[in-house]
Amino acid sequence: MTALAQNRGVGVQTPRRRGARPSAGWIGLVPFTVYALLFLGVPAVLAIASGFFTENGAVTLANFSTFADPTTQKDIVGSIGLSAVTAVGGAIAGAVICYALLAVKPDGWLRTTVDAGSSVLAQFGGVMLAFAFIATMGNTGLLYAILNGIFGAGAFSSPLYTVPGLVPVYLFFQIPLMVLTFMPAMEALKPAWGEAVATLGGTRWTYWRRVGIPVLAPAFFGCAILLFANSFSSFATAAALLSQGGLIALDIKRASTSETVLGHANEAGSLALAMVVVMIVLMSVYGVLQRRAARWGDR
Amino acid sequence: MKKRFLAAVAVTATAVVALAGCASGTQAGSGGSVKTLTHAQALTAKSADDFGGMAGLEAAAKKEGHLNVITLPPSWANYGKIIAGFEKKYPEIKINSENPDGSSADEVAAAKSQKGQSTAPDVFDLGTAVMNQNLDLLAPYQVQNWSKVQDDWKDSTDSKWIYDYTGLMSIGYDTKKFPKGIKKLDDLLDPQFKNAVAIKGDPTQANEALSAVTMAALQSGGKVDDIQPGIDFFQKLKQAGNYLGTLPTQATVAQGETPVVIQWSFNNVGWGPAAGSAGNPNWKTVVLPGTGFGSYYNQAINVDAPNPAAARLWEEYLYSPEVQNLYLAAGAYPAMLPAMKKDGTVDKAVLQKVGDAPSDFVQLDADNAAKASALLTAKWAAAIG
Repeated sequence: MTALAQNRGVGVQTPRRRGARPSAGWIGLVPFTVYALLFLGVPAVLAIASGFFTENGAVTLANFSTFADPTTQKDIVGSIGLSAVTAVGGAIAGAVICYALLAVKPDGWLRTTVDAGSSVLAQFGGVMLAFAFIATMGNTGLLYAILNGIFGAGAFSSPLYTVPGLVPVYLFFQIPLMVLTFMPAMEALKPAWGEAVATLGGTRWTYWRRVGIPVLAPAFFGCAILLFANSFSSFATAAALLSQGGLIALDIKRASTSETVLGHANEAGSLALAMVVVMIVLMSVYGVLQRRAARWGDR
Repeated sequence: MKKRFLAAVAVTATAVVALAGCASGTQAGSGGSVKTLTHAQALTAKSADDFGGMAGLEAAAKKEGHLNVITLPPSWANYGKIIAGFEKKYPEIKINSENPDGSSADEVAAAKSQKGQSTAPDVFDLGTAVMNQNLDLLAPYQVQNWSKVQDDWKDSTDSKWIYDYTGLMSIGYDTKKFPKGIKKLDDLLDPQFKNAVAIKGDPTQANEALSAVTMAALQSGGKVDDIQPGIDFFQKLKQAGNYLGTLPTQATVAQGETPVVIQWSFNNVGWGPAAGSAGNPNWKTVVLPGTGFGSYYNQAINVDAPNPAAARLWEEYLYSPEVQNLYLAAGAYPAMLPAMKKDGTVDKAVLQKVGDAPSDFVQLDADNAAKASALLTAKWAAAIG
C-alpha cells in the first residue's frame, strides 16, 4: 500500500527531459529509499523467504502444501472477492461523490467538510471500526434491536460476522479513501474542454465519452487498485469480527502465532508470497490497462 | 554510501548493547552473606541462594530496576492486581507489560526476535504445548517454595518450568437475558440462545478455544484422546444458529454483544461482578458437573532475560501465598493450593467463595494435544464454516 500510495493523483505525467545534464537530484531520494528498504523491503523479503525454510532452517517446499488445504483455498477466494467488491464499489461510489463535489465551490463549507471527513474516515479502521458496526449493525446493535423489537426476538440475525458482512464495514473506509485520492484527478478536468466540445457541437455524453472518461481512466484504475490493496491487507477489523478466520490475512496470523497447531509457523511465509503474487498480477494488469488508457487519451 | 550507513548503524547498535550489558553487569555489594553477581552469573542463578538469599536477590533486582513481562492481561487471573502488588512491594522496579492480549506463541516469538535487546521478555506464562516445543528458551530456576508444588506439576529433572495456575472450562452467561440458567451443555442448543454462544477465538489458533471444544467433547461422551464429539457439538450449535463468531472481550460481555461465553473460569469470574464497573453485574459462571477440564499455565524464566535478577524475584513473588491467593480469588486454582490448605496459608474466605478445586479434572497431555490439533486442522473449518 505504501508503494501504491505514490500513485495518488495519478494521470499527471512528468514530461521526460531529453539531454538534460545528470543532476544531483537523486540525493534527495536517498532517505526515502533507505527507509523503504529497511522498513518495507527487508521485512517483506524476510517474511517471504521464511516460507522456503523449515523451523530448523532447512530449505523446503513443504510449506506450500497449505495451498492444497480447502480452508486456505476458500480464504484466498474470500480475500480476493471481498477486496474486489469493496474496491469496485468504493471506487464507483467515491467517483460519483467526487463528480458531485465538482459542482460546489472548491473552498466552500461543503467541500471542506467532505475533504476533512474523508481524511479522517479513510484512516478509521481496526477494532474501533468493528465496534462502531457492532453497535449499529451487530446482533445487539441498534438496527437489529429495532427489527427484532418489531418482528419478535430472534427474527433477524446480523450478517456482520461473515466475510460478505465485512463489505459495508470496509466500504466505510474505502469510499472516503477514493474521494481523497481521486479528487485531484477530477479537478484536473478543465471546464474549457467541456466548452470546446460544446462549441464543436458535442453533447454532454460526447464530452464524457471522448474526453472525461479517457482522461480519468488511468487515475480511476490506479485508485481502484489502491483500494484493492487497502482491503486485501486489512487485518484488525476482520480479526475482531471473524473469530474463526475466513481471510488470508487471518490465516497468516493463525499460522504464525498458533498455540494449538504447532510447527506450521513458516506457512505464514508462503501465504504472504501468495498475497504478493496476487498484487503483482494485479499491478501487471494495471500496467497494461494504463498503457491502453494512455493511447486512448492520445486520440 | 548505503554500506557505510549500515556499518554505522551496526557499530552504534553494538555499542548500545555493550553499554547496556555493562550497566546491568555492575552490582552493588552490600555486605553480609549477600553475593554480588555479574549479569552473566545472574543469568545462570538456579535459586535465591546463588544471590546469598532473598535479600541479595532483591538488591540485585532493584539494581536492574526493570522487569519485562509479556501477555498478561489485567483481567486474566487477577494479573492486574498481581502486577500492581509487585510494583507496590518493589517500587524501585518498573514493570513493562508487553502485548497483554498476545498468545503463548507470541511470547516465544518475542523472546526469539528480541534476543539480546533490553525489551526482550524476562519471564513467560506459557501453555504446555508451546512450552514443550521451546524448552531451550527456559532457564533452570527453583523458587523458595519449589517443594510446595507436587512433583508431577514441575520439571523435577531440569527445573525449567513449574505449574502456576489453572482455570476450569466454564460457561459464563447473562442471567438477565437467560433467567432459566444453563444446567447442561445441550441447553445451549435451545432457540433462546440464538446468536449468543461465543468462544475465545479459533481452536486451531488459541488454546482457550481448543479447551472449549475439549470441554464440549467431555460433556458429550468424548475423551481427551478424541475430541470429535466436541467438534460435532459446535457443528450442531452452528446449525441451530446459536453459535456467535464475535471474539468475546470484557467489553463485549459488559455491552451484551456476547451473552454466553465458554472460557476459563478465571476469565468468566473476572469479567463479572468482580470487575466492578467494568464488568457485567449479571454475569454468572457455571462449571458443568461431570469431568472438569483444566490446563495449567506454566511459569518459566527466559534464558536470555535482560533483567535476570528481577525475573527471578518475580517468580519468587508469584509463588508466595499472598499472590497464589490472588490467583485463587479470580477463580484460577494455583499450583500451591494443596500445600497451602495443609499449612493454613490459604485465604479461607476466598476459598469458600470460589469453591475448592475439583479432584478429578483432566488435562490434555502431549499426545492428546497433538491428536486434537490434527483433528481440528482437518475438521474444524468445515464444521463451523
